[in-house]
Amino acid sequence: MGNFIPVSETDEKKMLEKIGIGTIEELFSDIPESCRMKGFPDLPEGKSEMEAAGIVRSLADKNKVYHRIFRGAGAYHHYIPAIVREVLSKESFLTAYTPYQAEISQGILQSIFEYQTYICELTGMEVSNAGVYDGAEAAAEAAAMCVEKERTQVLVSAAVHPDILSVVETYCFGSNAECKLVSEKHYVTDLSSLKEMIGPRTACVILQQPDFYGTIEDISAAEKLVHACGAKLILIVNPIASSILKTAGEYGADIAVGEGQPLGMPLSFGGPYLGFMAVKHDMMRKLPGRIVGETKDAGGRTGYVLTLQAREQHIRREKASSNICSNEALCALSAGVYCSAMGPDGIRKAALSSMNKAHYLAQKLSDTGFLPVSQGNTFHEFVTVSPFRVNEVMKLLSRHGILGGLPLKGEHEGEILWCCTEMNSRGEMDELVSILKKEGGTLC
Amino acid sequence: MLIFDKGSKGRHGSYLPECDVPEVSLPDAEKRILPLDFPELSENDVSRHYSELARKAHGVNDGFYPLGSCTMKYNPKIDDDMASLEGFSCIHPLSAEEDSQGCMELMRGLEEDLCEITGMDRFTLQPAAGAHGEFTGLLLIKAFHRARGEEKIRTKIIVPDSAHGTNPASAHMAGFEVMNISSGADGCIDLDTLKSVCDHTVAGLMLTNPNTLGLFDRNIDKITAIVHECGGLCYYDGANLNAVMGIVRPGDIGFDCMHLNLHKTFATPHGGGGPGSGPVGCRKDLVRFLPGKMIEKNPETGLLQWEKESESIGDVRSFYGNFLVFVRAFTYLTMLGKTGVYETSSHAVLNANYMMHCLKDTYPVAFNRTCMHEFVLTLEELKEKTGCSALDIAKGLLDCGIHPPTMYFPLIVKEALMFEPCETESKETMDHAIEVLKKLKETAEKDPQSLHSAPHTTPVSRLDEVNAARHPVLRWTRSDT
Amino acid sequence: MNIPKNLQYTKSHEWVRFDGETNVTVGLTDYAQQELGDLVFVNLPEQGDTITAGETFSDVESVKAVSDVYSPVTGTVEEVNADLLDAPEKINEDPYEAWLVQVKDITAKEELLSSDEYEKFIEEEKLNQNG
Repeated sequence: MGNFIPVSETDEKKMLEKIGIGTIEELFSDIPESCRMKGFPDLPEGKSEMEAAGIVRSLADKNKVYHRIFRGAGAYHHYIPAIVREVLSKESFLTAYTPYQAEISQGILQSIFEYQTYICELTGMEVSNAGVYDGAEAAAEAAAMCVEKERTQVLVSAAVHPDILSVVETYCFGSNAECKLVSEKHYVTDLSSLKEMIGPRTACVILQQPDFYGTIEDISAAEKLVHACGAKLILIVNPIASSILKTAGEYGADIAVGEGQPLGMPLSFGGPYLGFMAVKHDMMRKLPGRIVGETKDAGGRTGYVLTLQAREQHIRREKASSNICSNEALCALSAGVYCSAMGPDGIRKAALSSMNKAHYLAQKLSDTGFLPVSQGNTFHEFVTVSPFRVNEVMKLLSRHGILGGLPLKGEHEGEILWCCTEMNSRGEMDELVSILKKEGGTLC
Repeated sequence: MLIFDKGSKGRHGSYLPECDVPEVSLPDAEKRILPLDFPELSENDVSRHYSELARKAHGVNDGFYPLGSCTMKYNPKIDDDMASLEGFSCIHPLSAEEDSQGCMELMRGLEEDLCEITGMDRFTLQPAAGAHGEFTGLLLIKAFHRARGEEKIRTKIIVPDSAHGTNPASAHMAGFEVMNISSGADGCIDLDTLKSVCDHTVAGLMLTNPNTLGLFDRNIDKITAIVHECGGLCYYDGANLNAVMGIVRPGDIGFDCMHLNLHKTFATPHGGGGPGSGPVGCRKDLVRFLPGKMIEKNPETGLLQWEKESESIGDVRSFYGNFLVFVRAFTYLTMLGKTGVYETSSHAVLNANYMMHCLKDTYPVAFNRTCMHEFVLTLEELKEKTGCSALDIAKGLLDCGIHPPTMYFPLIVKEALMFEPCETESKETMDHAIEVLKKLKETAEKDPQSLHSAPHTTPVSRLDEVNAARHPVLRWTRSDT
Repeated sequence: MNIPKNLQYTKSHEWVRFDGETNVTVGLTDYAQQELGDLVFVNLPEQGDTITAGETFSDVESVKAVSDVYSPVTGTVEEVNADLLDAPEKINEDPYEAWLVQVKDITAKEELLSSDEYEKFIEEEKLNQNG
């Protein structure tokens, strides 16, 4: 029933006349009968907007919305200023195409140029691209930038987010690069293991700071190892943490990548998110994806334009280092608006609050029998054991409208990865602990 | 003016409360020392800045957008409304299954609709864009041959020279050698040429039908049969599905796997370059290799649950894909329904043929036959006679408030302009654009210089792209004054 | 159209200067740089790389295109012209001064044309394009 076709029957007749045919069906005469569908697809009847909204809303209602969230693991519940959503819903941003026609797209191009600058500032690097699909894919693309004739081995730490590891492995299956896991010890990268594995065939080493378990790793020591053998260091960073934590640039990383979701994108059940990538000048031409540059027009006015396009698929085709075409432009715009609204103090506040609250909660949980397991410093995530069955803990918290930390699997089965952000008030955290104290005893 | 040149020290918004717990500090060795040179702005500053930028952007809401191969159809606002529901936007991807049944049901519902429309057996929704989907589909093909011990033998992917640049780039990323074949005189695949390159070293073929010239290759079932005969698989680039949705199913004409572009055929907004979504569908034989997690119904509890395929290639993205884009596409499909799908493509094809017939006496058509949802004009003759190229005409359109069509693609047509009006455009919009294009030809003949220097009415005129590439300035830097 | 007499040429529009029996300097011709338009970047091989006659050893980028550069000889790259990395426009400005690579230990070469032969070849190409 619903359609968005403005052509009326009268118009249709006139158009068919102009073409010189009697019915629309004649336009499909090139298609052999054997290729045609028989009848219509087996879908429900079309609906009006009102009915469709009712159907979709009822699906939304089947999900449990938590407002008190203590789970991170790659998707973080930060405060998003209302202005971010306001700007994103401006139709000329939302419905525009890629800004290839620069003269009418200066608004979009400038917003990307500003985003690129924000990413450079956050990561301490010199050049950023316009973004890729997500942090995991950014890590995989970064590895591809480093692989060359003599160096085809990609080392990834087991302390990196498991999805990132999986994506890097999948991309290496594609490129035929060798992907090897560097083991984790006490919730951080095992540096002695790294030292043994790294060699003249290593193209790059991928580490995450803070790592998947929230621990702040000894990246300085790792950096020395990596560069001593001529490999490149790819550092996955948290953009909000980077406002107070040593930056990828300061650590001497060659490529900074990460998940941009904390910068103004809601949890959204996992997407759309945003992968950021930043490098020093020497690796600029290896960056995949779009990049916006500043230049002048014929009249001397400053303008912005997609540049260094000769790296990309539409020009290099099979010689392109990446196939990326559509990216996450609107998400990059979110990140830009978020950074603009929050300002340097706002982002630092979000980072500090997240870190302070996580430490507060860790202390309180520890007093309740949820002892912390990692030994190092943490940022806003930390791992504890659980005195009760983890599933039961989660159900208990859920009954009280709280999304607890993430139950870990594999060799960390039985442990919980907790996360705090500026969104978790002291009262909320006290209540969480109080529930566990009071009712934990009823769990097995 | 850049946002970095706005604001002043000490200015800020008031978004977060003061921290209500004791402070801890990072070890000194791990502290950031580098200053964070962000602008300091009030919300008013931010609001005005982005309003100014929005005025210098051009969306589907601003006018006709006939970009060939992009399917810039109208984006229904209800789709955006649904995507912003708290019950979707506030859900953590690692929620318990029982807490996210609505999200999973929507994804499963979308997957089933896409299977029905395309004739594929299962879909993964994980890829975030069309090119991402191509890469994924090619990995499925690679995994298939690997499982049969033929990975090292079957190293080639056949790609027509008319293909979109992402096709050979994706093949390269998937570790294949690209074998380009020339299109025949009619823009379609020459069967003899195809036969001559199909041997035991071929892993597969990548094809879009209708092709990038907007023409339906009548031999499509013969083409897929030839590739299958030599043991290769056939990949369908679904970018042009808006021409044949509800009319032809790639699964029925011999394709083994394919991707769709939700941001094209399924009306999700382009966002200035993304996010899109490129779900990948495949036939039974390839299902076990699909990445990400599939949604299955537990026969005992009736609940939907996540399951990983037995020989999955892994993941191509974190979590499940661009979920809010799925919400938009699902809402759109719910409205279109059984007959709406056919009406959409048939009107897309009607609109394209109408425009083509109205313009063919002004600008020669690249291939003189019925087109599908898009058509290609060649301005080679105009360039020779007047010196005005496809680029000049495109820039002339900017001064008339019409977004230019796709320029210089496909590569096999000289001075190409590719138009895709979409079914959401009215006859009067198209008639107006046709008049404008006719006038531009007159201008090219009478006053070519005005087009060489077009556009004149936009915020900037033609930009120095040579300088931008030779001396890249890719970020704002604080000046010393 | 500038076609210096003291150089040799390939059908893919590279110029070659023999600096000894087994040493050459290679660049792009005036015709090539005209056809390519404003160059924005050059991808050069590395010192020590082996390059093979008839195969690509470099590519040059303009804003909207990339073009392969083919090696006229088989040998080892002795030196690359690093100036071009910062100033690719030198190829447009002075194609016969803006050499790309110097190659030593040459063991094979492509069919090379004299300046007269190359001039004729260009004339024929132009006719073929317009015909």
